Amino acid sequence: MRKAGLIIFLCSLTVFLVSLSLGNYRLTHDLVQQTFYSPESVEYFFAAEQQLIDHEFGNQFAFTAALDKTFSAANSRIVADLGITDTDVQRIGDLATSSGAVNYSESILAQAFPGPTAPHAFKKKALFDHTGWMFGREYADKDAFLADLNTKVPAINRQLIADKGFPDPAIKDLKFSLTKASTIGIIKDQRLLLAIICFLGSCLGALLYILPGIKEGPPGIKNNHIFQHASTNRGWIGMITGGFLIGFYILLYWWPEYITNWVLLLDGVSLSISGNPASQWFLYGFMYCLAMVVMGIRMIIKYRHSNYQMIRTVSVIFFQVAFAFLIPEILVRLNQPYMDLKNIWPLDYDFFFNGWLLNYDGMQQEGVAVINGGRVGFLMLVWGIALIIVGVPVLVYFYGKRWYCSWVCGCGGLAETLGDPYRQLSDKSLNAWKVERWLIHSVLVFAVLMTGLTLYTFFSGSWTVMGIETVSIQKAYGFLIGSAFAGVVGTGFYPLMGNRVWCRFGCPLAAYLGLVQKFRSRFRITVNKGQCISCGNCSAYCEMGIDVRWYAQRGQNIIRSSCVGCGICSAVCPRGVLSLENGPEKGRYNGDVLNQPIHVQREEVDVLS
Amino acid sequence: MQQIVIVGNGIAGITAARFIRKLSDHSITVISAETDHFFSRTALMYIYMGHMTYEHTKPYENGFWPKNRIDLVRDYVEKIDKASKKIALRSGKALSYDHLILATGSQSNTFGWPGQNLKGVQGLYSYQDLELMEANTENISRAVVLGGGLIGVEMAEMLHSRHIPVTYLIREKGFSSHFLPPEEANMVSREIRDHGIDLHEKRELAEILGDENGQVRGIITNDGAEIPCQFVGLTVGVHPNIDLAKASGLETDKGILVNQHFQTSHPDIYAVGDCAELKDPPEGRRPIEPIWYTGRIQGKTVAHNICGQPVAYDPGIWFNSAKFFDIEYQVYGDIKPKPEAGVRSLYWEDSAGKRSIRINYRGDDERVIGFNLMGIRYRQEVCEHWIKNNSGIRQVLENLGAANFDPEFFRQYEADIVAEFNRQNEGNPVTLKRKRGLFAGIFR
Repeated sequence: MRKAGLIIFLCSLTVFLVSLSLGNYRLTHDLVQQTFYSPESVEYFFAAEQQLIDHEFGNQFAFTAALDKTFSAANSRIVADLGITDTDVQRIGDLATSSGAVNYSESILAQAFPGPTAPHAFKKKALFDHTGWMFGREYADKDAFLADLNTKVPAINRQLIADKGFPDPAIKDLKFSLTKASTIGIIKDQRLLLAIICFLGSCLGALLYILPGIKEGPPGIKNNHIFQHASTNRGWIGMITGGFLIGFYILLYWWPEYITNWVLLLDGVSLSISGNPASQWFLYGFMYCLAMVVMGIRMIIKYRHSNYQMIRTVSVIFFQVAFAFLIPEILVRLNQPYMDLKNIWPLDYDFFFNGWLLNYDGMQQEGVAVINGGRVGFLMLVWGIALIIVGVPVLVYFYGKRWYCSWVCGCGGLAETLGDPYRQLSDKSLNAWKVERWLIHSVLVFAVLMTGLTLYTFFSGSWTVMGIETVSIQKAYGFLIGSAFAGVVGTGFYPLMGNRVWCRFGCPLAAYLGLVQKFRSRFRITVNKGQCISCGNCSAYCEMGIDVRWYAQRGQNIIRSSCVGCGICSAVCPRGVLSLENGPEKGRYNGDVLNQPIHVQREEVDVLS
Repeated sequence: MQQIVIVGNGIAGITAARFIRKLSDHSITVISAETDHFFSRTALMYIYMGHMTYEHTKPYENGFWPKNRIDLVRDYVEKIDKASKKIALRSGKALSYDHLILATGSQSNTFGWPGQNLKGVQGLYSYQDLELMEANTENISRAVVLGGGLIGVEMAEMLHSRHIPVTYLIREKGFSSHFLPPEEANMVSREIRDHGIDLHEKRELAEILGDENGQVRGIITNDGAEIPCQFVGLTVGVHPNIDLAKASGLETDKGILVNQHFQTSHPDIYAVGDCAELKDPPEGRRPIEPIWYTGRIQGKTVAHNICGQPVAYDPGIWFNSAKFFDIEYQVYGDIKPKPEAGVRSLYWEDSAGKRSIRINYRGDDERVIGFNLMGIRYRQEVCEHWIKNNSGIRQVLENLGAANFDPEFFRQYEADIVAEFNRQNEGNPVTLKRKRGLFAGIFR
């Protein structure tokens, strides 16, 4: 049965991968008109395209390349038609210096662009907006004036592309939606069948592989061969798995137009839940849930002797499927803002600027703060802030950060289910611990700064702080931390660096929870005095890379900011030495019990470690 | 500053080294022929089973030793020259010492069985034994393990993890019945069988058979049955490794004889751990206790004695632990296989036969003397406290929840054992006042 399951899983995976190549792509006039917002951009797009509309492409690479070419040609045309050209600059220069000295004013612009209609009216307005501050300024000579003017031209033309043409973010979105909508052929015609094969097939195969585990011996710790198997000891299977995950995240975040075939498979599912066609994020959420459910079942079977592990696993699966996946989609269906109600800032780094909450697009003109989403949106804002300032400290005080990290959190949930086979790969060295402390707290500082600047912009209406655009800080954070670190490294490196790379080295919320856990909490892992035999199972299986044994063998309770309370150290301990507990703060830090000499009174001297 | 030389880098020798460093600025050298670094001997089985690699079994990072100025030497001590206070190493080097600590550990027992030196016949004690076992068990179709002790059951589990069929012979009825009471011994026997091990109780080895290449091909039991196999694990106990001490003229019996301060017959030379035999052991304790915990306590004690803080050995209340396949075992205090006269034994076992609690107490004053747990974890501190303070059985039962150390959400069995007590002692029933933990309840 296991073999059959593995074969079914691998076949489904193969179909899934091959399905990326099963599409043909043809863009139609109608589609362009439906997709684009402004009729002007449609016109430019049609004017620029060559051998794109109604041409059939055999793969998404050729198709998106053609799209790229068209967008770029359309932008060039727009700039040529409406942008400021060298000729324009020269003409303004001539007019402004006709009387000898440089005299640049609104009337010069009126002379240069006398026409009442586009393009003259447009150019006049753009120059007025961007170079109005130069009116009446004194310049040594014409060249100095032109130099100044020329520095403004690129910005004017960029703005032009942003307003009338296709700026980069728009191109990214359009490439995705046009590629998806232009798909024809077997992937489109057979998408239900393919979806069943890919998603149901892989789940069925995986479950057939996993379920017989129930009959494999009595309940108990099953870690045989973990360091002897190529999938769990950084062997070739682990490398391939890691490569696949890393590739998936890179495409998902930066080149979603190449995986539209996968997204297309889920249109039906998405329509039935939210009423909208699937996006790449729906695909991601859907696969995330499937992975957690299937691997969660594996987790429950593996640790079926432990109620703590079983209940915890059910909890993370519930919060992922209900809170992170279904409820937000249903909110959208009800015309309410999309929100994962269990996601907490600063893990939820765009909580304060995610498009519905504090919308500063409206501010740009008016400088007015807008809270979008109506009454529900406001409640969500209050809920989110309450979690940050009340929920986190209070719950961490009573239960430790585990209430979130290994009972509720989606990232933690994936780590505890999909990532469980890799927990032993985390680095336990002192050096790794040092890197961890620097890195995770730096990310926390980064997140706080970034959010502070956002709120500054929100309340002051000013878009720059000390010459730095606040939006650019957000973008840098989103790229470096939100996508590259949390996604590509955080999950992609499961089979190489263990399942909590993100939680351990990067998550700013984990850092915040950890600070509370370290200094004000009732949670600790109690060590059963002298029973430790230093075997090392606890350290080996600690996903956070804590050298648990170092504490256990000296009888010292484990209180570490990074501990997510997964409870595996306690489960794998062959001598019943470790127990996760909440208790009075007094006596929580108990020092090294075993290093206190037996029946000898003296001063303690510490051994360096 | 004095020169301290320690022979053996196991738990006793290394604990001595660590505490000497804590207590003094002496120069410390640890010599081992086995491995470069200290590793946890108790974890050897997990390397074989793939739970961990050798690196994971090292309790301290390699950088720990230079940082704490503990010199590690990979060599073998050939001779001790007591007069000039020097030891000679196999490499030809010599080292002077002011104090010498022997922590040379144990060796596996063999009892002169015919064929015990055949290829594929071995014990399991050292890292080299593990490597040998790895080689000896490649592509074999059956293994025989001998001996009802902890290493035997571990070896059976190791072989089982590699899907090698195991025939397991033990001399007694019930596993480890020399230290486990019959109910617990039978529970372990059941557990071993539940994992598919072919367990033979009350059966012994008569002869090991070899083939023409000197490789084991089977065994003959004392009742004449022949069992074909390609591997024989001899795990019939260990004895102190005293060759060096004996050759150096130290006083020995089964082990190296030491006083309360772990001094041998020669005052500058100490012995701790498996190899040491106490001339005058503390009350209720055996002269040789080859277990991890005593090794650790002895190492700590000898360090104090060497560093000018003379202290007699006091291991405190006996405790030990083990894991038999999936059943964890913990013992605190005095639990004999058969209760001594005047001792009563309160025993509860769950219906599945995989968990039990035993509390031994005196019949006369009802004070509790020991706890034996199978499949349930109890707090050492709490159990010790009750034993040390002569707490009565009723008081202990009322507060038994305070001893529970199982993970959260686990079923608690304290009520069951209290009910068992009340069933046995009608009238004046005990009520369980405290559920799990010293820390139960959020707002306490």
